[in-house]
Amino acid sequence: MPPDIEAIAEQVFVALADPTRRAILAALASGGPATATDLADRLPITRQAIAKHLALLAEVGLVTAEPGERRRVRYRLRSAPMQVAQQFLAALARDWDDRLDALTRQLQRHSGTASSG
Amino acid sequence: MGFPDRIERTVELAHPRASVWAALTTAEGLAGWFGNEAQVDLRVGGSVQMAWTGGPATDMRIERIEEPSVFGFTWHIYGLPDDDPRRTYVEFTLEPAGDGTRLTVVETGFAQLPEDAYRKAFDGNTEGWASELGELVEYLNAA
Repeated sequence: MPPDIEAIAEQVFVALADPTRRAILAALASGGPATATDLADRLPITRQAIAKHLALLAEVGLVTAEPGERRRVRYRLRSAPMQVAQQFLAALARDWDDRLDALTRQLQRHSGTASSG
Repeated sequence: MGFPDRIERTVELAHPRASVWAALTTAEGLAGWFGNEAQVDLRVGGSVQMAWTGGPATDMRIERIEEPSVFGFTWHIYGLPDDDPRRTYVEFTLEPAGDGTRLTVVETGFAQLPEDAYRKAFDGNTEGWASELGELVEYLNAA
């Protein structure tokens, strides 16, 4: 596996564990690219705090800064790391235990026996 | 953290391999435990289509058929976008165990992600909507 895949997933989960960063990511997901000032207008968080979180999110690749003048830099959500985290969650959600229990019950029904699987 | 790339389970079933094989590889068998509806084109390269009532549907591509001992397919990683090309590989192995069958299922590939695919996914997604919206603007301007 690529050496960085686990680090990518971990950065997503660390980012999502913080309510302020969740709010920022959710705002970018629902409203599209925005400046720190736009986000400060929309969220109950100071511009300074938002700038600090955006810097962290950009550092780990969850948002990307579009070129622009300092105060007009717009931040855009990067979906690729989220897709890596989704893979991690997908593995946890596969639930072969329930499936194999269902298979066992199905075979018992069909054979008409009451043997334990 | 431990990225879970491989899932493996083994169950002992009190049924002969032929019964288990039928439950894994026929539409009737699969519809009884895996999904609610199934269609099976049982050949390597063929597809298994599964649907769940009021839920998702999935399309599996059959990769290995060695009756009655090995059945393998690849399928979409649930939770990822429909157009995501990544797939996991599922292999069922059936071994005789007394009068019954020892069934092992191994699913691998959750942590697959070559660097170029990662780059492509990133580039594709960052440009995706912006360029599509740009094309829409051009289209409307030209009209």
